[in-house]
Amino acid sequence: MNDVAAATLFPAAARAAPRVPVLDVADLSVEFRTRSGTVRALDGVSLQVHRGECLGVVGESGSGKSVTAYAVMRLLDPAARITGGRITFGGMDMLGAGDADLADLRGRELSMIFQSPRASLNPIRPVGTQIADVLLRHGGVTRAQAPARAAALLAEVGIPDPERRARAYPFELSGGMCQRVGIALALACRPALLIADEPTTGLDVTTQAVIMDLVLGLAKARGMATVLITHDLGLATEYCDSIAVMHAGHVVETAPTAALFATPRHPYTARLIGATPRPGLALGDLASIPGSLPDLRRDDLPACRFLDRCERVRPDCAAAPLPRRTEAARMVACRYPL
Amino acid sequence: MNDAPLLEVAALQKRFPIGGGGLLARRAPGLLHAVEDVSFTLRAGETLGLVGESGCGKSTLARLLARLLDPSGGSIRLRGEEIGGVAAQRFGASPRRADIQMVFQDAEGSINLRHSAFEAIARPLRRLRGLAGPALHGKVTATATLCGLPAELLPRFPHQLSGGQKARVGIARAVATEPALLVLDEPTSALDVSVQVVILDLLKSLQARTGAAYIFVSHDLNVVRLLCDRVLVMYLGRVVEEGPAGDLFTAPAHPYTRALVGAVSVPGRPRAAERVRLAGEPRSPIDPDPNACRFHGRCPIGQDRCARTVPPVHALPGGRRVACHFPLTDGALAAA
Repeated sequence: MNDVAAATLFPAAARAAPRVPVLDVADLSVEFRTRSGTVRALDGVSLQVHRGECLGVVGESGSGKSVTAYAVMRLLDPAARITGGRITFGGMDMLGAGDADLADLRGRELSMIFQSPRASLNPIRPVGTQIADVLLRHGGVTRAQAPARAAALLAEVGIPDPERRARAYPFELSGGMCQRVGIALALACRPALLIADEPTTGLDVTTQAVIMDLVLGLAKARGMATVLITHDLGLATEYCDSIAVMHAGHVVETAPTAALFATPRHPYTARLIGATPRPGLALGDLASIPGSLPDLRRDDLPACRFLDRCERVRPDCAAAPLPRRTEAARMVACRYPL
Repeated sequence: MNDAPLLEVAALQKRFPIGGGGLLARRAPGLLHAVEDVSFTLRAGETLGLVGESGCGKSTLARLLARLLDPSGGSIRLRGEEIGGVAAQRFGASPRRADIQMVFQDAEGSINLRHSAFEAIARPLRRLRGLAGPALHGKVTATATLCGLPAELLPRFPHQLSGGQKARVGIARAVATEPALLVLDEPTSALDVSVQVVILDLLKSLQARTGAAYIFVSHDLNVVRLLCDRVLVMYLGRVVEEGPAGDLFTAPAHPYTRALVGAVSVPGRPRAAERVRLAGEPRSPIDPDPNACRFHGRCPIGQDRCARTVPPVHALPGGRRVACHFPLTDGALAAA
């Protein structure tokens, strides 16, 4: 696929049928080869995001949230192997795409905001130059126009005095400012899909609220599809239309946000909600989740990877295949859902 | 619990000199005002929350109270005895060291990688309580059990423990000497919610057993709400509001507290459209204008007076204090 084809594919798909998802991940499985064995990091993960929608991916550390994001971006570590499934982005098969096509796509149609704002910027180049780089590579901007466009983007993400700040190095900016630069970089070419991997971890709550308002405000204004990866259930409910809950490399439940909280159907979702502090609950009202994630290197992983931690477990829960029940806009991967 | 406060802090101040010095320096060194005029009292068995943005001085205050830093001014009294004057470097040899212990934010980074869990817990007991041999062994095992750490994990090194287990080692090490004051700096911020609940439960049950007072530093107001009796809200080194946790969260009197409480996302609750958002960034803490409110410029209700005079501290009903020219009392809150 050449440059032109990649550019036209997405808008065509979006115009023809609005309910065709921008991103369609189907039955994706990823393994990592390590010295101590093969880690089955993702198993049969399916996700869809539509235009203008925000999908939250929540789960504990090690549940496979970031691996999913990196698989979609095709930025996985060389030790990783995609062993099954499909990733379709704007009608294009991401797994069959070559490196050159991917490089054209990333930053223009598909971009990502990374977890640690300072570490994801180049420490020895001014931030304005880093934004100009993206514009020159993907945005059809001339070298003469680039600095002004970069400053305009910085202004758009709410950085005061953008011309001066464009000449600043990342170490001269606060964490919140660096994350704004990261957002300006990701949104420079008006991508169709934005993946935000824990975009506000490490930022203060006040800054976090401002940054999230900014990202989701721009996303809604531009009809962009957004995937918000977070361990913070509160953040996900505030900003996402629907939520996918991950546990040990499985998507255990997908549902519209309000429905997920009103009637969680997977026992893990219910326990996760029950463990999250919120106003009106005392410490005694919260319950921890017993046990921990199973060792994903095991050869005899049961079909349901939650069964060791589940109080509703029955003898046939371990038997393959893991049932994935779909009804209306919801999916639950449990044989005996709530 | 008796009525005399365990800890009395008065006009506590910490300033760090920065820049200047050296042969080529032409300017006088600036002073970073990290903690300014902080006063409060704490009783045994009570938990005081310290909240605020990063850079507001809450960790510096925690380290001053744990006597890991020397204050530039003011006093810290523990059971009536002034301990602020002892240099932090020599405080390790003070008999009061065992009475004040700290749990650090990063359990991974604060435990010596070459020490087993046993050794990490044993060291303060050996140095501060002079235990050795079977007595030491017994006390370490008892403390570990109290903190939910099975004895078979004690020979393990930090890299062989999970995040939750490391947090337990950090807590066991701090409570081993049975301190009267425990300073907790974001003890659960690196943990998943499923483990966080267990650790918070552990802290609460330990407090019920030992009657220790806690200073709990956290940026997560949903957690502070669970554990703390009273809360101090800090902004750029100053306490802007103090009060019982429940009242402070339901009816914040300082505009900064209101913005902070409004920024917290609540699981299961959709976003409120009318939330207050703070524009811009905090002012520089280096040589701040001594005659202005430090929140001025970001404050949604700031007026000219805020730039000219430091706001007075108003006492509100229910043991609350607020440092603002225009506190959001009931009438103002309804109008806002």
